[in-house]
Amino acid sequence: MADDYPKVDRVMGGPSGWISIGFPAVLFLYFLGLLPQIAQAPQVHGIDWVPSLGIRLSVLLDGLSMTFALLITGIGTAVTLYSARYLGQHPDYPRFVCYLLMFMVGMLGLVLSDNLIALFVFWEITTIASYLLIGFNADSAKSRRSALQALLVTGTGGLAMLGGMIILGTVAGTFELSQILTMGDMIRTHPWYMGILLLFLAGAFTKSAQVPFHFWLPNAMAAPTPVSAYLHSATMVKAGVFLMARMNPSLGGTDAWFWILTLFGGVTAVFASVMAMRQTDIKQVLAYTTLMALGTLTMFIGAGTHYAIMAGMTFLVVHSLYKAALFLMIGIVDHATGTREATVLGGLSKVMPLTGLAAALAALSMAGVPPMVGFIGKEFMYKAGLGLGGLGAFWVTVMAFAASVMMFAVGGIVALKPFRGNLRPTPHAPHEGPWPMLAGPLVLGALSLMFGLLPGVLGHYLVGPATHAVYGEVRTVHLYLWGGFNTALLLSLLTFVAGWLIYRRHEAIRARLAAFEARSPIDFDAGWDRLLEGFKGFAAWQAALIQNGSLQRYMAVTFTTFVALVGATYVLRGAFTAGVSLSTESVHPIQWTVLALICAGSLLVVWTHSRMTAVAAMGVVGIGVALIFIMFSAPDVAITQLLVEVLVVVLVSLVMLRLPYLPRRSRASWRPGHALIAAGTGLVTTFLMISVLAGDFDRRLTTYFEATSYPEAHGRNIVNVILVDFRTLDTFGEIAVVVMAAIAAFALLRGAAPAKRDTEEM
Amino acid sequence: MELLLAITIGVLVATSVYLMLDRNVLRFLFGLVLLSNAVNLLIFGAGRLTAGAPPLIDAGAYAPASVVANALPQALVLTAIVIGFGLLAFALALVYRTYMTLGTVNSDEMRVAEPMDGQDLDTGRLGLGKPDPAQPASGREAGI
Repeated sequence: MADDYPKVDRVMGGPSGWISIGFPAVLFLYFLGLLPQIAQAPQVHGIDWVPSLGIRLSVLLDGLSMTFALLITGIGTAVTLYSARYLGQHPDYPRFVCYLLMFMVGMLGLVLSDNLIALFVFWEITTIASYLLIGFNADSAKSRRSALQALLVTGTGGLAMLGGMIILGTVAGTFELSQILTMGDMIRTHPWYMGILLLFLAGAFTKSAQVPFHFWLPNAMAAPTPVSAYLHSATMVKAGVFLMARMNPSLGGTDAWFWILTLFGGVTAVFASVMAMRQTDIKQVLAYTTLMALGTLTMFIGAGTHYAIMAGMTFLVVHSLYKAALFLMIGIVDHATGTREATVLGGLSKVMPLTGLAAALAALSMAGVPPMVGFIGKEFMYKAGLGLGGLGAFWVTVMAFAASVMMFAVGGIVALKPFRGNLRPTPHAPHEGPWPMLAGPLVLGALSLMFGLLPGVLGHYLVGPATHAVYGEVRTVHLYLWGGFNTALLLSLLTFVAGWLIYRRHEAIRARLAAFEARSPIDFDAGWDRLLEGFKGFAAWQAALIQNGSLQRYMAVTFTTFVALVGATYVLRGAFTAGVSLSTESVHPIQWTVLALICAGSLLVVWTHSRMTAVAAMGVVGIGVALIFIMFSAPDVAITQLLVEVLVVVLVSLVMLRLPYLPRRSRASWRPGHALIAAGTGLVTTFLMISVLAGDFDRRLTTYFEATSYPEAHGRNIVNVILVDFRTLDTFGEIAVVVMAAIAAFALLRGAAPAKRDTEEM
Repeated sequence: MELLLAITIGVLVATSVYLMLDRNVLRFLFGLVLLSNAVNLLIFGAGRLTAGAPPLIDAGAYAPASVVANALPQALVLTAIVIGFGLLAFALALVYRTYMTLGTVNSDEMRVAEPMDGQDLDTGRLGLGKPDPAQPASGREAGI
């Protein structure tokens, strides 16, 4: 896959490559320098961004955000170095670097933000960057589909999360996390707590691919391998975990929190580790083990005890180290041999000893073998699980145990099997990877070993402060490799035995799982397609219903909606009685004659089939309206109305000379359905008018205009003063509209040649 | 008087809506003229009716001596009349040009942008739900 594009001659990706490597490297060193300070006390800095909405661009530097920032920049450096060699000659490499750096900035912003809204913005930047990176091989339909799937799933969850954030911000009165995190008791007892929790978890679960939203993550492996290592394993998919960890002091600690997180997390972990056994493509195996890790992390954050959080934070670091190394390793193998199939690879340690070493270090950590740091992570998970009370202890421990057993077996499949035994034939003749690609996995693997040997460093600088931030209180964190003989150690030994047995028989198990999967009626990926098809079908159906291209249909839908909504409001509010008390003073004969003429004129326009009669009847209506204006003290309006009415008649008559006659009235031309809509609209309008007239009258604006018309604008005609002085801009807009209409009409009429007459219309 | 005015407005709106639901765009335009009259009357009436007292200030006075008609809706209606006229003039030109080009004033026959081809109207006419060549057609799409 990595070799079938026209190559561009660039050494290490050229300038784009060096920039992309330098950026995370410098930031990594910067954060490393800050570490001792932050380990002592968290810091908050910030500037106002949108003050009117309470949105600040502020950063919260505490153990949690520092741990993530170091992982993002540290693994980022390894990944960009690797990419410069892996993709440096790709014609679109500069584009790739842009996306990758965009992601990096988004991810850093996400973990460092102290403001919920800013956090959301960065969250979406990572979603978009992920979309662009998964779809990097845009020529492939599979890539595009996977990219869109990831975007839609995580984007939908992100929107739900935004809803949760806004509600939380309303409840707390601030969007600043550093303040919200101290209000836990108030938020947990608030009646909206459940809604906030579910909306937040919708965002976290989709981003961190918890079952049943997991299906996008294995598909996201369509991205180039460094992207899978970086986004879809070490960093972005942990954003959901980060969010849950971040919100733990304010949302965590309730029964709902405990059970939702441990159940979803546990099911995801075990489901994913079983699915990992099923895969033959090592990249897919790693994708499912990532799901397993995300499930485990969710489960331990849900468990919520100090020990559980500590286990979770340890595992977070452990997993990022070994998983990034393994992904980068399989990229090298793919590059060198042209395949990632576990069934094909074997004996590679003879030709690729350094890759094999990196794989071994990472896989030992994944399997939880001492003295790797993975062993510490696993031990603490067991201790944390056993330390919970009642049913929770049983569930968490069993799930953690099952997942760990599978991890041991999977470790063998991805790092032992391809490297030992006899060298097997592969599409390319294998060769050792170049140093920029080896550096990352080797350093990450070495760190897995180093932290295992020096757990105190890890505990003091990363896990300790992170645990404080997530747990909300400061307690001593002490990580150690050897905890004496206890239940956890016994469980570890059992894990190794069970894991080894499964590894020995993994090919038979895989065959059985494949058979089971083939029969299983549940297929999330196909379900997703059906869901999308359903949406498209619904959209097509409703577009055909209300937007079928017929003007008649549009008008009918518009007026029916008007009648339904206004009418329903009247019925629900019982407002039909409002107009009863209208004055019953005697109406002057001239007045009702004019009104009767208006009604008669309008009905005549409907009834007639002669164009001239219609124009004359419209003239009657227009002049009747002008008379109303005259009778009720609006001379200026009446003059305008008369002028316009004359112009309308002239214009319509002129145009009509060129247009066909109106169709003859026939039985078919009577449209009872439309008549009903028309009558309903008229009725609702009448009631609207009556209730307006029956309501209170606010004369403040008029009084103001009357009082200031002469003293301030020196005009005695108040209407004119309003038009040309108080509301000049409106009048200017009005003139502009008329001018634009004139220009557009002129453009339309220029060079209009008569077409063939439509005989049917005669 | 107000009640009668409200009923008149209702009749005007009803007739204009019926006209605007016609296929013949000329009748549609008649409806538009009547509707703008109805809406102008509605705004005017909502500002309350005052007979025989135009909103003018006598020479030498600084404000109207007695109660005068509400000037604000008058100003709004004045603007609305002119804009309504602009709209009508443009719409007339559009209808004229359309007839010159297409030879019809029936709105259902004006389908240059979205040609009507048989039953396609009720399904994927806007390009939605068209089967993706990369994917097998589902039963629903295949049945059409």
